[in-house]
This record gives sequence, structure tokens and C-alpha cells, in this order.
Amino acid sequence: MPFEEKMTWVNLVVTIAVPIWYFATMLGRLRTTAAADIAFQRPLIVAIVASVVLTVVGAIVMSIGTSVSAVARGRKPEDEIDRKDERDKTISRRGDLVGYYVASAGMVGVLVLTMLKAEYFWIAGALYLSFVVAMIVSSLVKLFAYHRGF
Amino acid sequence: MAKPTRVTNRIRALRFATGEMTQAELADRLGVTRQTVIAVEQGRYSPSLEMAFQIARVFDVPLDDVFGYAEEER
Repeated sequence: MPFEEKMTWVNLVVTIAVPIWYFATMLGRLRTTAAADIAFQRPLIVAIVASVVLTVVGAIVMSIGTSVSAVARGRKPEDEIDRKDERDKTISRRGDLVGYYVASAGMVGVLVLTMLKAEYFWIAGALYLSFVVAMIVSSLVKLFAYHRGF
Repeated sequence: MAKPTRVTNRIRALRFATGEMTQAELADRLGVTRQTVIAVEQGRYSPSLEMAFQIARVFDVPLDDVFGYAEEER
């Protein structure tokens, strides 16, 4: 598996796991508290920072695993980790483009919420959800391209 | 499952004709990942023109000897 594909898996897992925690926490609070009174700021910041940190940790773990695997096979670790070729770049561009369209569609929804003067809680949630869905779709498009071809 | 492409290639045959070159060796010569060589060989990825020329150069044959373009089915 190319290193770029491994990193796509890391991104996908992190992008699914962290928002699940955030939205589960928020939905739990929504049962007992009105949306306007929910302090969503701190959990949202924690979720965003956690995503970055977990992605970096995942990259480090993948790098170590790939290096060990490469050495065991008598290959240079840098040949496995640093080698990003034209196919990787094409797949990355394709995934990012689809993700951009999904995020853009989500922004329309956020815009509508703003026009309706929805609570900040809902606007922030919709904004975060748009980015999350865009990143998940982007990762899936990349993984599909790696396996199915294009 | 591989997606069919109209670009065909003889890379596998050329590898075996060139001292049974492995996919990893070809990937190293091209500076690409082994998975990209596999994808090109299986017709799941059509390489850029530049990479196509590089592949032909590795085997020291004209581009036409490596790649073909299947006729459109009628």
C-alpha cells in the first residue's frame, strides 16, 4: 500500500472518530439544554485540535511502521515514505476537488441557517459537519481511486 | 476489480524479457511506487506521456512497443 494511501486511511479514521465524539457530546447536551445555552466552543476547539494531533500521531505511527516494514524487506525507508508519484498526486487532486464541491454545498446550508438567524450552535455545527463530510467524501474518493483505478 | 481502459500495455512481457525485472525494480527505475507500476500493468491507471516515455526508455524500446490504444468497439 503506498504511503499516501495509508495517510488517507489515517485521515478517514480520524475524520470519522473525532466528529462522532463531538456530535454525540452535543446531542447529549441538547437533551437537557436549549441550543442557545450550550457551550459548544470548547468541545469544538478540542475536536479540531484533536483531529490535528491524531493525524500527526497517525502519520508518525505509519512512518515508523512503514520504515520497519521497508527495512525488513531490505529496502530504504525513504523510498517507501517519500515517494509520492504522479498517480498519488492525481488521486489526491481528484479527491480534494470532490471534497471542495461537497464543502461548497455544505456552505450553502450554513448560509441558509445564517439567513434564518439560527443559533450559533447550529451554524457552528453545520459548518463543522460540512467540513467533516467533505473530508470523508474526499478520502473515500481517493481510496476508491487507489483500488478501482480511473 | 480493475476498470477497463483502452490503453493497453506489454509491460509485464517486457519485464520478463528484460532479465525478469521485478515490479519493484521497475518502480525504482521510474521513481514511482510499486503500486503505480501494478496499476499501470493492470490497466487501472493510464500513465502520463512523460512516464510512458520513461517506461519505454527503461526497456529501450519505442513507445509503441510498450503501449497500444485499442480500437473503439462498434
